[in-house]
Amino acid sequence: MDERTIPKVEMRGISKSFPGVLANDCVDLVLYRGEVLALLGENGAGKSTLMNILCGLYRPDAGEIYIDGRLAAIQSPRDAQKLGIGMVHQNFKLVDSMTVLENIILGLDTESFVPDWNKVRARLMDLSARYHLKVDPDASIWQLSVGEQQRVEILKLLYRNAEILILDEPTAVLTPQESRELSRVVHAMRAEGKSAIFITHKMEEVTEFSDRVMVLRKGKVVAETSTRNTSPRELATLMVGREILFQIEKQPRQPGEVVLELDHVSALNDRGLPALKDVCLSLHAGEVLGIAGVAGNGQRELAEVVTGLRKATSGTLRIAGKDMTNASPLQIIRQGVAHIPQDRASVGAVGDLSVASNLAMKQYRSKPLAAGIFLLPRRIMDMARRLIDAFRIATPSPQTQVKFLSGGNIQKTILAREIGAVKTVMVAVYPSRGLDVGATETVRRQLVAQRDNGLGVLFFSEDLEELLQVSDRIAVLFEGRIMDVFPAEGADMEHIGMLMAGMSGKESA
Amino acid sequence: MDLLTSILTITIRAGTSLTLATIGEILTERSGILNLGVEGIMLLGALSAFATVFYSHSILLALLVAMAVGALMALLHAFLTTTMRANQVVSGLSITLFGTGFASFLGQRLGPATNNFRLVGLRAERITPLAPAGLKDIPILGALVQQDLLTYLTYLLIPLAWFFLYKTRPGLWLRSVGEDPQTADAMGIDVVRTRYRYTVLGGILIALGGAHLSLSYTPGWSENITGGRGWIVIALVIFSMWNPARAIWGALLFGGINAVQFRLQASGTNIPANFLNMMPYIGTILVLVVMTWWEALSKRVGAPAALGTSYMREDK
Repeated sequence: MDERTIPKVEMRGISKSFPGVLANDCVDLVLYRGEVLALLGENGAGKSTLMNILCGLYRPDAGEIYIDGRLAAIQSPRDAQKLGIGMVHQNFKLVDSMTVLENIILGLDTESFVPDWNKVRARLMDLSARYHLKVDPDASIWQLSVGEQQRVEILKLLYRNAEILILDEPTAVLTPQESRELSRVVHAMRAEGKSAIFITHKMEEVTEFSDRVMVLRKGKVVAETSTRNTSPRELATLMVGREILFQIEKQPRQPGEVVLELDHVSALNDRGLPALKDVCLSLHAGEVLGIAGVAGNGQRELAEVVTGLRKATSGTLRIAGKDMTNASPLQIIRQGVAHIPQDRASVGAVGDLSVASNLAMKQYRSKPLAAGIFLLPRRIMDMARRLIDAFRIATPSPQTQVKFLSGGNIQKTILAREIGAVKTVMVAVYPSRGLDVGATETVRRQLVAQRDNGLGVLFFSEDLEELLQVSDRIAVLFEGRIMDVFPAEGADMEHIGMLMAGMSGKESA
Repeated sequence: MDLLTSILTITIRAGTSLTLATIGEILTERSGILNLGVEGIMLLGALSAFATVFYSHSILLALLVAMAVGALMALLHAFLTTTMRANQVVSGLSITLFGTGFASFLGQRLGPATNNFRLVGLRAERITPLAPAGLKDIPILGALVQQDLLTYLTYLLIPLAWFFLYKTRPGLWLRSVGEDPQTADAMGIDVVRTRYRYTVLGGILIALGGAHLSLSYTPGWSENITGGRGWIVIALVIFSMWNPARAIWGALLFGGINAVQFRLQASGTNIPANFLNMMPYIGTILVLVVMTWWEALSKRVGAPAALGTSYMREDK
């Protein structure tokens, strides 16, 4: 029989439910040898769940998996490994405190009780040279950049001779240049007859990486087609089930006074290493200042210094003209600074408390929600109902614990609370990360609305298109330094990508 | 025997139970399970070992019984924290409370009728220190060889545990489970089984540490024979930064404090005995303060990242 007719992977009728959600509903998937399949869908469409089933992390409630035409019983990641299936997860499966070499050995079945460290090292270096995936085998994972960590993940799969590679949103953390390198690696692997499944929600990547594309929506396959026969616009419509707005209408900007000013500010990260180096920024009222950069280049530290959660080691922070350097978070909140934190689940909201309590969390100290030391529950409930309506937060009741809401609705809850508290500056750190198109739109619109109301918005995002769309000016952060600040209008993506990778535009031009 | 050698001899003897239990607790904590039941398990180990040797006159059987008791208590902890996903601190403290009380209770019930059913004050076989002719009189080295077989076993255990943890595949698995169970799971490592295995192995070593007290260091049974050594072990694990090779320094330091304090008391010093008895515990507090400070300076925290947390694969 022709090799092309027996699929490398065939998943038939896969269903999987989590409490309250049907993540996969009778999904069929076929992958051939030497083929790259893009799996497209919104957050929560069930892409990752389906792939977690294929790599043995979850077990399906129903359905069968065939590898090379044979029924495969995949009970655990180890079974999947033996069948040549390997997955690069969105959260890398690397042990931070261990070295690259130790992480490679960790997943190997072939080594004996005492592994042959030198042999593994030699083979690793060999693969690293062959696929142009440069790594230092003795570096600890925590010392590596996100891009390097991804290389280690891919090397891990290559080392195990994985035939089927699953990549879960691999470019989300990469610079445009690194993405292109990844695309080269994927194509090199395909040329050797390996197959790959590529999870994404970015249209451009579907065209760049894949031969065929499958679209999932709410756990079901809604389309499957050859990449050549489709267009990004058609895919986008299929993905969300309606036409999406790629543009946000913005009033021309009317910048006012400087509301936030950082003057030669430096700060350390959690490990005590310099994270911000001599940062100078000024944010005007009625302006969105977008901060571009690959995650981990000081964004978190910058947001924390501005909101009083982290001490600056030198420099001055002024909010609405007042020196607020190293003021407490409460003092800064009182200056009217609101914060949508990066980690919404643990810093932004208290999962075990109700939606109403979470909404009240910044205003409970004073009227109208409190009288002296007493909270006024009825007022809190009224306020909560009002905000739940206004922001269309999908919750069974104001008393539902926040941890039971979806990511998008948790974010809307935080947004509603922070917008209620903001008077001068809104600091929004990756506010649309992990949200579906609908919720993303709400978030972006609200940020622009705050700017139109004359507030300053400090907006962090990893998505360049989003940054260009929402911001008035863009600052690029690389290794804790501001590389450049320029107007968003007419800015060149390629140029920003270079700055994000640490190259100043002048060298490349 | 010169003074230094004799102090060193007592130091090593006092350090043996601490080292055994510390290595046990290191292995347990490396899997991500914090077992605060050390004190209770050591006490039950000491009691069961002494009761067994008193009636059976077999040291070997006494050690086996102590190990079985340790395994059983650790199994209970593993079950509560891994399968039932109970809070590890609460479960460990319960085991210490239970172990302390139950050992004390049995100490008043398991004895012969002639001794009012009490085990206190009885004598039985003990593990006697070896005294290899020709070696024992060499200064310093004499202190190393003039030890019982359990201490010799400990000598072996330290490098073995270190090699196991850092150079073997199962050691790598163990560390990954304690650092990042999600990743370990995705690598095909059975997190639950690993945690059970090393909690039980840890319990066995902890109980052996207890048995060393009642069979060799202070032969016999007395109420609270461990004198809080179980808690010192918890501190020693931190002191050794979860590295078996460093466990030896902590155990020697605390064994040394004991030995010096004995010497001082024996020499009739006018420092109050209560103050001298307090020294190991003050040392513990000092070590914790210094280590915490040092860790903050060196920026690298040695604790397994997932220590104290339970793991479930499909947790959302």
